[in-house]
Amino acid sequence: MSEKLLRVENLRVSYHTYAGEVQAVRGVSFELDQGETLALVGESGCGKSVTARSLMRLNKVPPAEIKPESNVLFQGQNIYQFDAARLGRYRGQDAAMIFQDAMAALNPTMTIGRQVVETLLHHQALSKKAAREQVRILLRQVGISEPDRRFGQYPHELSGGMRQRVMIAMAFANQPRLLIADEPTTALDVTIQAQIIDLMKELQQAHQTAVIMITHDLGVVANLAQKIAVMYAGTIVERGSSREIFYRPRHPYTNMLLEAVPRLDQPEDKELASIAGTPPDLLNPPPGCPFCSRCRYCMDICLKERPPVYQFEPDHQADCWLYALDKPAADAPFTRRNDHE
Amino acid sequence: MSEAPVLLQVSHLKKYFETGSGHWLKAVDDISFAIHQGETLGLVGESGCGKTTCGRTIMGMYQKTGGLVCYQGQDVHALKGRALFSFRKDAQMIFQDPYASLDPRMTVSDIIGEGLDVHHLVKNRQDRTARIYELLDMVELNHEHANRFIHEFSGGQRQRIGIARALAVNPSFLVLDEPISALDVSIQAQVVNLLKKLQQEQGLTYLFIAHDLAMVKHISDRVAVMYLGKLVEITRSGELYAHPRHPYTAALLSAIPIPDPDVQARREQERIKLSGEVLSPIDPPPGCRFAGRCPYATDLCHEKTPELTNQGDGHWVACFHQLDR
Repeated sequence: MSEKLLRVENLRVSYHTYAGEVQAVRGVSFELDQGETLALVGESGCGKSVTARSLMRLNKVPPAEIKPESNVLFQGQNIYQFDAARLGRYRGQDAAMIFQDAMAALNPTMTIGRQVVETLLHHQALSKKAAREQVRILLRQVGISEPDRRFGQYPHELSGGMRQRVMIAMAFANQPRLLIADEPTTALDVTIQAQIIDLMKELQQAHQTAVIMITHDLGVVANLAQKIAVMYAGTIVERGSSREIFYRPRHPYTNMLLEAVPRLDQPEDKELASIAGTPPDLLNPPPGCPFCSRCRYCMDICLKERPPVYQFEPDHQADCWLYALDKPAADAPFTRRNDHE
Repeated sequence: MSEAPVLLQVSHLKKYFETGSGHWLKAVDDISFAIHQGETLGLVGESGCGKTTCGRTIMGMYQKTGGLVCYQGQDVHALKGRALFSFRKDAQMIFQDPYASLDPRMTVSDIIGEGLDVHHLVKNRQDRTARIYELLDMVELNHEHANRFIHEFSGGQRQRIGIARALAVNPSFLVLDEPISALDVSIQAQVVNLLKKLQQEQGLTYLFIAHDLAMVKHISDRVAVMYLGKLVEITRSGELYAHPRHPYTAALLSAIPIPDPDVQARREQERIKLSGEVLSPIDPPPGCRFAGRCPYATDLCHEKTPELTNQGDGHWVACFHQLDR
């Protein structure tokens, strides 16, 4: 068994606010191999962005607190024990991040060319001239037409899709092993979203980059991710291969997420599965299953104790008391979607 | 479908904004359509295509540049006095951002009750409270919520308050401007199901403006697709999905991901890939607005603007090179 590229163990992140301690991430664990794509899926406030940011050590401490039992191992090394120099190399060279709002992530007072050049020069011993040349190649690679003219433009002169392309160029500038993409297409129109997803796929394959894709839209990752982890209220409630998650969801929340969005290929009169209520307040998370107050299969034990992890296929786990019933690996009470086996 | 009488007729509506030094932003440029009583017309398009401007101009919130909007046979932009007052009661709007569109200094009961007071729909305080409770029930909120302020609510709850506010005055026509795009998926389903239920119970007519075609298809009877200020296609929503005739509609549909790996893999093979990005609506060039990105464009498309024409069976398309399937 070779060393995992990234191993996250029991990540816990809290924010100290005036109202108290918000437990944004409450014990998240996952692993990632070289070249693999993992999607972290969840609704706003479920802790997916906080998880992503803590993989780059971007959470501001305080108010954030990374609990001491958390481990984030990149190629076996804990990134929370990196010194400043090692962290500097880790960020940008080993791992890179793309943000949702490119306008806010880019520096509005620098031309985009200079920003990408800066990224290159920070990590590589290049002459300025060579760096500029390489940036032009990069810009062309990410599908920016007329890179010579764009080089001297400011972020506000570009469209949203173009800005996201610049961010991707910056992220891939030093050929990182790991790319974290935090809702990279959420702010974009669908036709542009499709272009950006294509571009990310292409670059990932070319560089064998591992990708963590954060999104709330299951459709976006349907054909992008090999593995999917579904987050709810600061925990991963279900994880598995993409096919398992889409075709045999085990956790009621995952099932609901799939049923709540209308699909283009379904008849219009199909009613959307709607779930009453809202996610729990993480200032005061419930002692039991975080989803129990909205779950239609809620049992007494769900209110009291957090469910253990149940294993289905080798690559499929769900945290749900439904599977503690005496039938081993019982089928979910909800109907399976499509069984392709 | 179209047996029901026409409630709202939009003919050749134009709304231009002057951007200074003689330039015009043609947000809505000569569009025509009709909304029938009791139906939901979905208006879709990408950001900046003019769909919100269209909704607002129909409501009389913007002065039109040209054309005509007739609500029950009356020109909306020529209404005055009593007639205008009654139109304002009859046609209501629900906005995208439930954080910005509700007054943070008013309690929920004041927000909902304001319309009741303005239109003298209740006789006394008991009536008013009873009506507010009734509306809260209708949108599935609790009576205790009446005395709270907006900041105490989540996005989905706020949108419900916005819906209760709009319904307070017994409207018959609602313009829903991206009512769910600020909400999470599980909450979106709640609000959409609520909107559908209310429509059935009260016979409401909706103009549903959104960019999410899958959701629009789900909620609408007919769908109109806009591109850069022009309508490119209108038809029944099932028909639009099964047989899109305008290349833009086809491309838009094929770009929407479906949460199913096998289906999605097949669709990605067939996807119509658009190059380039949307043009600026400021002083657009003559010809079809989509010509620059269209894989089927010819010289004709760059010279002449295609008219929206009926292809039979209520399927209207504005294109010289329609797709036939």
